Amino acid sequence: MDTITLAHGSGGRLSRELIEEIIYPIFNNNNGHELYDSALLPLKKGTIAMTTDSFVISPIFFPGGNIGKLAACGTINDLAAAGAIPKYMSVGLIIEEGFLIKDLQEILISLYETAVEADVYVVTGDTKIVERGSADRIYINTSGIGIVPEGASVSPKNINVDDLVIVNGTIGDHGMAILSCREGLSFGVNLKSDCTPLNGLVKELLDVGGISCMRDPTRGGLASILLELAHQSGTKMEICEKAIPLHPSVRAGCDMLGLDPLYLANEGKLAIIANPSKEEEIMRVLQSHPLGKNAQVIGRVASRDLKGTVLLETDLGVKRPLMLLEGEELPRIC
Amino acid sequence: MKLHNTERNYSEKLKDIETLARGLPAVSIMEICGTHTMAIGRSGLRRVLPDNIRLISGPGCPVCVTHDREIDNYLELAKDKRVIIATFGDLLRVPGSKGTLNAARSQGAGVVVVYSTLEALRLASNNPDHEVVFLGVGFETTAPTAALSIIQAKSQGLGNYSVYSMHKLVPPALEALLCDGSVKLDGFICPGHVSTIIGTSPYTFVAEQYKKPCVITGFEIHDILDGLYLLLLQMRQNKAKIDIQYIRGVKPDGNPIARKTMDTVFRTGDVLWRGFGVIPNSGLHIREEYRDYDASVKFGLAMDHHYINEKEAICSCGDILKGLKTPNECDLFKGLCTPLNPFGPCMVSTEGACAAYYRYEA
Ligand code: SF4
Repeated sequence: MDTITLAHGSGGRLSRELIEEIIYPIFNNNNGHELYDSALLPLKKGTIAMTTDSFVISPIFFPGGNIGKLAACGTINDLAAAGAIPKYMSVGLIIEEGFLIKDLQEILISLYETAVEADVYVVTGDTKIVERGSADRIYINTSGIGIVPEGASVSPKNINVDDLVIVNGTIGDHGMAILSCREGLSFGVNLKSDCTPLNGLVKELLDVGGISCMRDPTRGGLASILLELAHQSGTKMEICEKAIPLHPSVRAGCDMLGLDPLYLANEGKLAIIANPSKEEEIMRVLQSHPLGKNAQVIGRVASRDLKGTVLLETDLGVKRPLMLLEGEELPRIC
Repeated sequence: MKLHNTERNYSEKLKDIETLARGLPAVSIMEICGTHTMAIGRSGLRRVLPDNIRLISGPGCPVCVTHDREIDNYLELAKDKRVIIATFGDLLRVPGSKGTLNAARSQGAGVVVVYSTLEALRLASNNPDHEVVFLGVGFETTAPTAALSIIQAKSQGLGNYSVYSMHKLVPPALEALLCDGSVKLDGFICPGHVSTIIGTSPYTFVAEQYKKPCVITGFEIHDILDGLYLLLLQMRQNKAKIDIQYIRGVKPDGNPIARKTMDTVFRTGDVLWRGFGVIPNSGLHIREEYRDYDASVKFGLAMDHHYINEKEAICSCGDILKGLKTPNECDLFKGLCTPLNPFGPCMVSTEGACAAYYRYEA
């Protein structure tokens, strides 16, 4: 059996074999939870955070990861950025007939390894097979549950004037890495997606305190997430172009394709809004962590502003408002 | 002054420009290329230049100058079930007189976004039952790769690949602008990447015949500041010549190999530009020897040089492309015409003047 067939989705023997021989052996960190259709999860004190996300990315394998790793990181990071400790995850697979089982295994193994790295249990799931042509190879949905410890709160409500805007490293790496796998485009050999679980870093940051709010800027990039936070908190943020860390290959790729790195996707980045009194400690934690060594303070919350604006101070010292992306970013011709 | 020296910071460069500008009359400088327009918009340069220096956006966005007739032609082609359209992303949202490629795709047309002609060729060899048509839009920078794909298709015996060549040349458009004379232009910032291919000589007429200074400039803001400096210096010295600021990318004679590839496959001919009408010898047609790879021959895509573009009467794209108007002087700007719902192509392409104004300057 090398490829997925429609019979794998029939609910019969092949379905069972796929689940028992291919999928279950990979997800064996279920902490004593049997992989039933519903998982029963004991609760501790605190608030429950829940999130869900679907992953339909193409290509499914890219420098620095694949759709499985991405599906795990996406959900883990959504929970972590909400201040939750991610605990449990479900995995829903929609697979196109003809998909290679070895590719499925590779994808699930990296999903699993990411979950283990983040101390998250895969506790339930679902698999559907669809006819050739009805899906683009494989789609993954992950949902996650996390616990927000009592007293912890990260929310746009907490954002105050004078708070700092910090990023934990170079932005746009994931978006540009995906583009760089297109035939005929390459932006240097060492550009990889930043796809990684952030909950470890987040925990250290929350232990320091002083974090008003956090978000992981995925699709839509840093610009979109800052605009959203400014809008939700009713503030005006000012960020400085010079301070925003960029990988040279991202810079070169953006120049070549006419794209703006502020709108490129990230999968291992955090936009952190923090109290300035904690700047030193927060930067120390960030810069001594492998996922934060290129962290930078890129701006601050300048004032209250119900409209929610973000001003970018360009290299020429001009302050111009950032706009929400209208439609998708399309690479240009020349 | 050391050029392209990032140690000299922006404010020092701006000061040098101010010093040169002092004592000059009001001058209008055209940045021909959309990539420059975007870089200028993004940095906010217009807002910090001395009052007597005005930057005007020119006709250098390949999508913007693509004529409605060409767009309608390939939209019609997309309806053919045998055809897969391979295109760069910019063209997806460009509205023809009826619809866009994006809309055609959602209704089942075969439209695939590619990032290189290599990818388009691969698409053709992977889909032997289909005709893959690459939409060749662009200037001297992209034409050589389209030419190369035709040469490769021929050598591989790929019979199901063709190119719809809508390629245009930059210098004839400049000549048309200068001839027309309706907009006062005192100098040009010319695109670095075009000259990487064509070198400097195609611009000589601008300096010699029309006595306008030109500087071939790179695309970083440092480059643009240095380019402006060189341009103002020529003006102060009452000179008109072709300077190269982008020395790291441009040799005076360009890239002869790329030009040869282009010449092997293409010949020049008269073509329609949006906003300009027909400009003599400004387009690249596929030569007779390669007619099997010419989508306009293969699928009988006619070009009618008397075509009336009804939309042009309402939208100000023509005036924008000629530098007669700035985008916010168009009645539709930000109202009926936005990047999400573009009326004219200048609002669609990331290179378009209206899109740049919408995003950065409005
Ligand atoms: S704003 Fe729209 S309609 Fe007006 S010139 Fe620009 S693209 Fe054309």
